[in-house]
Amino acid sequence: MVGITGRGLVVALPYLWLLLFFVVPFVIVLKISFSDVDLAIPPYKPLLEWVGKNSLAIKVNLNNYAFLFTDPLYLHAFANSLKVAFLSTLMCLIIGYPMAYGIARAKPSLRNVLLLLVILPFWTSLLLRVYAWIGLLKANGVINNVLMSLGIIHEPLTMLYTPFAMYVGIVYSYLPFLILPLYANLEKMDWQLLEAAEDLGCRPWQAFYKITLPLSRNGILAGSMLVFIPAVGEFVIPALLGGPNALMIGRVLWDEFFSNRAWPVASAVAILLLILLVPFMMWYQSAQARETAGAR
Amino acid sequence: MTTSAAGVVKAQPWSDPSARPYVEVDRISKSFGDFKAVNDVSLKIYQREIFCLLGASGCGKTTLLRMLGGFETPTSGKIIIDGEDMTGIPPYERPVNMMFQSYALFPHMNVEQNVAFGLKQDRLPKHEIQERVATMLELVKMSEFAKRKPHQLSGGQRQRVALARSLVKRPKLLLLDEPLGALDKKLREHTQFELVSLQDKLGVTFIVVTHDQEEAMTLASRIGVMNHGEIVQAGTPSEIYEFPSSKFVADFVGSVNMFEGKLIEDEPNYVRIGSPELGCTIYVSHGISAPPEAVVWAAVRPEKIFMSTAAPQGSTDNLVRGTVQDIAYLGDLSIYLVKLPTGKVVRVTQPNTSRHAEAISWDQQVYLSWDATSPVVVTR
Repeated sequence: MVGITGRGLVVALPYLWLLLFFVVPFVIVLKISFSDVDLAIPPYKPLLEWVGKNSLAIKVNLNNYAFLFTDPLYLHAFANSLKVAFLSTLMCLIIGYPMAYGIARAKPSLRNVLLLLVILPFWTSLLLRVYAWIGLLKANGVINNVLMSLGIIHEPLTMLYTPFAMYVGIVYSYLPFLILPLYANLEKMDWQLLEAAEDLGCRPWQAFYKITLPLSRNGILAGSMLVFIPAVGEFVIPALLGGPNALMIGRVLWDEFFSNRAWPVASAVAILLLILLVPFMMWYQSAQARETAGAR
Repeated sequence: MTTSAAGVVKAQPWSDPSARPYVEVDRISKSFGDFKAVNDVSLKIYQREIFCLLGASGCGKTTLLRMLGGFETPTSGKIIIDGEDMTGIPPYERPVNMMFQSYALFPHMNVEQNVAFGLKQDRLPKHEIQERVATMLELVKMSEFAKRKPHQLSGGQRQRVALARSLVKRPKLLLLDEPLGALDKKLREHTQFELVSLQDKLGVTFIVVTHDQEEAMTLASRIGVMNHGEIVQAGTPSEIYEFPSSKFVADFVGSVNMFEGKLIEDEPNYVRIGSPELGCTIYVSHGISAPPEAVVWAAVRPEKIFMSTAAPQGSTDNLVRGTVQDIAYLGDLSIYLVKLPTGKVVRVTQPNTSRHAEAISWDQQVYLSWDATSPVVVTR
């Protein structure tokens, strides 16, 4: 008889949550991905079928997966998603690292204000912020109107429904996810190490490259993964800002599921996406583990 | 210390007017807003010296050291190292290295890499770097820990790595910020002597910042006592101890009995001070410069006071009677707090020279006396 302790009960609660809201749905999606499509509700054939009195047939249809590998559309969509996520992560790093560094080196009184400014956008809905970008970037939008009235341009720039707009949207939305873990890492740094490096002959930028950068590696990794992993599956921003050429796997999944009603194929896409992201999640986990182990 | 291992008394360059100082601090001041951390400090430090900046927290000694290292820019004044004006020069362009109080070892590098860091910056050939790192680790007895990372070392080991790292570039001047502060007492004593012998072997000039006067007395060839951003006195340890120039210095270094009084007789070769708080006159066998009837203080060190149960014969100067109020037995010596009829408590130390001596105990009546050469008269 397993003794139910109070502690066991408390730990069981999150496990139960995970079971109910992650494991079970995952298993359902996995099951559908192995099914045949059917003109019925739900639009797929069951995995297990009774054949005769005492035999259960399990029909595992691997065609759905095979289909994804043969049709170039899907491979292209996966590749493009990875590319967009990668570039977005890079841009977030280039913009976000100086910001995180600046906040970490600011006076303590100023730091809280700066952090608040970074987090503030989260207090409004993501959708509203993306729509705000539409208002800024469209042909008749704020940016074009200001530039036209200043005489800098004479024809409105095409910014909306281009990859440019999509990148702007993704980088803007995910930037705080990079800044916060990176700031948490940089804030713990002993700045006297930079003085020691300078004392030993390093110029300031060399000290940054040889000391600060390697020591902030875990922060960079954690922040990058928090941007990259969700960005791969991003759907809303490419749909609203990216235009028809922004082919992302999230969009593909949506089309398969809602437009084609091909639940098995859509489920296969979802499972493949998950498998694709597993190594990156493991990378993130190892960075976190090293960060907490290194904290003395 | 002015005697090297060979027993030869070292020259005292600071008393030689023709000697050129290696480091010259010329009227340096540093203000942070309204607060004056360092106020018009001038110093001359000579080659191969161990010069200690001694003072309490907040006296400006670390700020002064940081200016010497190039980590702070002086508000006014000049710093001249080896004849060159280094006032505005950043740390990576100075022939100076610093050992930080927290050691500041790079956590993502092992001991070897930490020590080699400065040499790699200078772009020395690989084999030379390896050689010099190995020699230095040998010198500080850390060769077997070469591949360990800083978090795998004890405090004392980290201190030795920090020392090795700061000396491997063979700087002419090494700045040390409270080098022994984090070590326990026994290790500190041991390291003090090691530090001095290392400095002697390598011929580097040391400038050490410390608040521990025992450390300063052991390490230094000269001490600069600092208070509120100023150097109040600079001199050899014995000069500072036996000839303090002010009440502050007398009280800061070692313990001292301060007897306040007024000048009664002021002659070129002796003075007499009447001290009501002491209850006797103090006869000092050297002249002082002070205005007549001035309030002065006679400083007498505890070890210079004789304590006896029988009344000594001779003059009534420099003689008081009191009751033993407290005794602290420290093994090698004992500290006695003797209360005088005037209420003043005098501190006396006596070495326990004999194991079976007749011990003076509490509430005993004793006579305190001292030689005429013992008091130091300070006028401020």
